[in-house]
Amino acid sequence: MKQEKKSLAQRFAKAAGVALALFMSAQSVTAAEPVKVGFVYVGPTGDAGWTYSHDKARKYVEEQLGDKVKTTYVESVAEGADAERVIRQLAKSGNDLIFTTSFGYMNPTLKVAKQFPKVKFEHASGYKRAKNVGTYFDRIYEGRYLTGVIAGKMTKSNIVGYVGSFPIPEVVRGIDAFTQGLRSVNPKAVVKVVWVSSWYDPAKEREAAETLILQGADIINQHTDSPGPIQAAQAKGVYAFGYHSDMSLYGKDAHLTAATHNWGPVYLEKVKSVMDGSWTSTDFWGGLASGATALAPLNPAIPEDVVKLVEERKQAIIDGKLHPFQGPVKDQSGAVKVPAGEVMSDEDLLSLNWYVEGVEGELPK
Amino acid sequence: MIFKLERRVDDSRWMAYLSPILAGTLTLITGSILFWALGKDPLQTLYTFFIAPVSDLYGWTELGVKAAPIMLCALGLAVCYRGKVWNIGAEGQLLFGALVGGGVALQFLESDSAFALPLVLVAGALAGMAWAAIPALLKTHFNTNEILTTIMLNYIALNLLLFSVHGPLKDPGGFNFPESALFTEAVTLPLLLEDSRMHIGILFALFALVAVWVLLSKTFVGFQIKVLGLDTRAAHFAGFKERRLVWLALLLSGALAGLAGVCEVTGPIGQLVPQVSPGYGYAAIIVAFLGRLHPVGILLSSMLMALIYIGGELVQIELNLPLALTGLFQGMLLFFLLACDVLIAYRIRLSPRFSALRKPSSAALVNGADANLSTHSQ
Repeated sequence: MKQEKKSLAQRFAKAAGVALALFMSAQSVTAAEPVKVGFVYVGPTGDAGWTYSHDKARKYVEEQLGDKVKTTYVESVAEGADAERVIRQLAKSGNDLIFTTSFGYMNPTLKVAKQFPKVKFEHASGYKRAKNVGTYFDRIYEGRYLTGVIAGKMTKSNIVGYVGSFPIPEVVRGIDAFTQGLRSVNPKAVVKVVWVSSWYDPAKEREAAETLILQGADIINQHTDSPGPIQAAQAKGVYAFGYHSDMSLYGKDAHLTAATHNWGPVYLEKVKSVMDGSWTSTDFWGGLASGATALAPLNPAIPEDVVKLVEERKQAIIDGKLHPFQGPVKDQSGAVKVPAGEVMSDEDLLSLNWYVEGVEGELPK
Repeated sequence: MIFKLERRVDDSRWMAYLSPILAGTLTLITGSILFWALGKDPLQTLYTFFIAPVSDLYGWTELGVKAAPIMLCALGLAVCYRGKVWNIGAEGQLLFGALVGGGVALQFLESDSAFALPLVLVAGALAGMAWAAIPALLKTHFNTNEILTTIMLNYIALNLLLFSVHGPLKDPGGFNFPESALFTEAVTLPLLLEDSRMHIGILFALFALVAVWVLLSKTFVGFQIKVLGLDTRAAHFAGFKERRLVWLALLLSGALAGLAGVCEVTGPIGQLVPQVSPGYGYAAIIVAFLGRLHPVGILLSSMLMALIYIGGELVQIELNLPLALTGLFQGMLLFFLLACDVLIAYRIRLSPRFSALRKPSSAALVNGADANLSTHSQ
């Protein structure tokens, strides 16, 4: 009898202990609840390009933070009425931070953000912010400038082709920065642009590149999303630059380098700031210095002195001694738009809608 | 082949109801195998796909928002297809309606007139109608194949929209980004339910559903269209005016698609953007046939179409299934639904050779018939 009682008490104590342990572990689970981060992509994650660059960064954040973070993504979300639903669904599903990675998501992001004041939003490439909506982009034009320097040294025909998507400031800025780099080492070289009116159309992009090659271009650059232009250059035996991410996979010999986005550190920073509660709505626009913009590995075909020159220019940009748009910057008519000794303001860069000297043809309006 | 398809004398009535059930069962089975093979719980995945999106009122409102434009387009297409007018241009008619309606809406940035919104909607519907009038004219006067003209006009409409948002209709304060200014309250569709996106465009869709049903089932014009589709020569003998019917079908379908477009931009989008439609006009073609060109069928099939879009997003979010897989699953469902419909007009028979193994007597009969045939042909 006594024995039985004791065992009952023991059992009771044991049960209480287990319960306590369970309670404790439940507590520690809540304490270490991972921060949930959602991503909305405009295209498929794929092997290269814009969305790939974001997904690579998502994986980087997961790698760095391990089980302290849980990420979710939705790919190929159309920029119309669907975007708002997907963003809201991510907010509803308990994400603490949501990256919306295409310009067309700007207004949907703001609409959803209004209804979910506790969720933080980061929108790529837009200009509207709110208390819980920040924006970010990288100064990819700095990378463009460096590719221009390489092109200026590598071209023999002095004609460089450029496959453009849409004539919006972001794209024009890239063309102009590239041309500034090109002409800084080769004042005789010119840039020809073909617009394909699409962000992603492999066949059209490839055709555009082939047209440019037929017109004498021996280097192709692009502001589109597919490796089509690289493949065209590889097939025709000329050089090309990738964009968004390293595209050497698609044309080992043609691919000189690529101006790439390196969102990893940017995203890691944002996620960490949400974790420690220090997140605020900001407008991040970092370039080579912040590591957000980078060059892909250089093709071994680039001579050593050119590599050295590119490294010097890169360092000068990082140190703030060189700006791709430092005066004198002339437009196509030769009129000085930025006088010597000055650099173009961020405001002017953001609304840039004219070609610099050295770009051929007229900018579609 | 072990099986062969044999034409039924009459369409099977009970197969008409059974075939969607059969298709659903096949989808559930193959889907379960697919998800199981990928290491996901099949039940949970199917639940997330089909049930979770509509497990609350908000889910239903989103389903309505997604289904309304598809339904409007599909209803118009059903009228065309009943008369064998192959309008593939709902997408272009939708985009042109959105463009013109949006263009009118932008004239009311500083007005709160009560007439603004009706004007915008009418402009959108008329624009869609005008866009459909082009293939109607080409078909009735030059006998041009409407499949080609309507498809080509889709691209023209899309490029006109792109041109407009990159150029004349661009938001002056928008840093040159390709989108218009946001529409004001006066030209935005009122919501049916607060805190949702369900706008009155859904009522337009339901109204169109009733109207198309009345047209096709209760009016002489509807009868004429159906006769034209079943037998053109019979329609001619009966003295039905084919040209007039072609015009009517195309204009009606254009107006409905145009209305769908203008409701999208004045509803959930709220401005003109390059991507007004994620292919609603094309999805509507599938939806129209899935609904067997009947208004009630189209109501159900457009809701199903909307559900598999939304469910596809949800399994990406909740279960991390890749988009390609949800696309595969959606394709499978549509394939089964359309494929099973073959059983309405056909029955499956064991092919003669195999039935011969089982029933020698009938085999002899068949062989005899074959022999007869061959002697005849000699």
